[in-house]
Amino acid sequence: MDILYLLIPLSIVMAFVIGAVFWWATRDGQFDDLEGPAHRILMDDESPQQSTSIGERR
Amino acid sequence: MEASPSYNYKVVRQFALVTVLWGIVGMAVGVWIAAQLTWPELNFGISWLSYGRLRPLHTNAVIFAFGGCALFATSYHVVQRTCQVRLYADKLAAFTFWGWQAVIVAAVITLPLGYSSSKEYAELEWPIDILITLVWVAFAVVFFGTIVKRKTKHIYVANWFFGAYILTVALLHIVNSAEIPVTMWKSYSVYAGVQDAMVQWWYGHNAVGFFLTAGFLGMMYYYIPKQAERPIYSYRLSVVHFWALIFTYMWAGPHHLHYTALPDWVQSLGMVFSLILLAPSWGGMINGVMTLSGAWHKLRTDPILKFLITALSFYGMSTFEGPMMSIKTVNALSHYTDWTIGHVHAGALGWVAFISIGSLYYLIPRLYGQTRMHSVNLITVHFWVATLGVVLYISAMWIAGVTQGLMWRAVNVDGTLTYSFVESVSATYPYYAVRVLGGVLFLAGMFIMAYNVWKTVAGKQPIDAPIPQTAPAAATAPA
Repeated sequence: MDILYLLIPLSIVMAFVIGAVFWWATRDGQFDDLEGPAHRILMDDESPQQSTSIGERR
Repeated sequence: MEASPSYNYKVVRQFALVTVLWGIVGMAVGVWIAAQLTWPELNFGISWLSYGRLRPLHTNAVIFAFGGCALFATSYHVVQRTCQVRLYADKLAAFTFWGWQAVIVAAVITLPLGYSSSKEYAELEWPIDILITLVWVAFAVVFFGTIVKRKTKHIYVANWFFGAYILTVALLHIVNSAEIPVTMWKSYSVYAGVQDAMVQWWYGHNAVGFFLTAGFLGMMYYYIPKQAERPIYSYRLSVVHFWALIFTYMWAGPHHLHYTALPDWVQSLGMVFSLILLAPSWGGMINGVMTLSGAWHKLRTDPILKFLITALSFYGMSTFEGPMMSIKTVNALSHYTDWTIGHVHAGALGWVAFISIGSLYYLIPRLYGQTRMHSVNLITVHFWVATLGVVLYISAMWIAGVTQGLMWRAVNVDGTLTYSFVESVSATYPYYAVRVLGGVLFLAGMFIMAYNVWKTVAGKQPIDAPIPQTAPAAATAPA
């Protein structure tokens, strides 16, 4: 099963890469607010009034 | 004053509309080959129409053309809206559209002609593999370029799912498609025998995990809250769900190779990782469904939410069924039977297609300055026709699969087999006919959708929505 010498190290490298990204995300404050982001996408209004009247309404 | 900056909706629109077209094509081929299994004369003796060539065309068309275009459309839409910036590199984004269509057209031509690498879900020959790689790199540059220039500090959870999907599929494609060309349209894998089988299912199941799960979860985490007008039930759980899923996914593949030449311990490893996956999968399913808690009445009147929430029910069902089928003793019954086909379609039709269809019904009118689809009633009709189709399909395959499994393993007291193989084929005949009916219903739903989309967009002005100048993220709440 020579292929495992490729796939298993690849998984371990992947796990470290994922770990590094997780570490970056934590340091960057991505997880500081775990309530607000859920509400923020709802404040982004995509109704046609906002879309069609470019530069008029606001 | 310079023109107001706007989002790039053109590429979103292109991908959204072709999703409906490729859905019809892919599912029509599926119905056709299902009919061939019931009435084999339907290949008319023409090699181009034979089952072995059309089956990869069906799988490639529904996964990579229908599912792929839906993922391009929604990821480009979601990343722009949640990052509050226009897509990075418009021309590169246009290249991903035309490049991906070229891949699909090449598949439609080469697969019926019999050009195939014979690797399941990666049948396309090496020149097309190279084009896929180029398109995918461009996709990654556009997507992550947009993340980098975002105006919001936080990266919304849907983008994490889309990002993981893009990167992992790139890795899977490159490792699995390593091949040595011998002619223009023939190549051989660099791996051989059981090594090749291991790579194939490492690719195959991770494609299920990252293409057909992570990508569509990205859709789920944006379009369910938007359509329900409620925040996701627990944002914290969505973050935990993401990291748990991507940390534990990579080793489920060997469960496709139970009782083969693969070493026993690798098979067991695959089984254990498959069982572990139940937890993050159900975490995400519960999180999505509970978003409606306190607003369940919306399910009664809103057919788009019906699609989105039913999709999650099927996701929950197939992510329970999958780990169960990966248990070796269960697999001894289910392996090589139509139960597997039923399981795949519970996920593909019930989860992937339903979440895509629901998301497109939200998305398409907004790309043309409309608030909703031409006919909400037709969405309701589509929902019930499609649901009936899925239920008929998967229950027929369950019964057919268990029947096959039991007949194949039945032995007489003297140790000889009770049934010949052809007896199990004839026993499944009625279920194959029911499957055709299920497929026809699901395909009919897609035609209803195409009509509704046509009526919604025909003659309407496509819009490029302006980017809000004060990002909601930075704005304080109005008094």
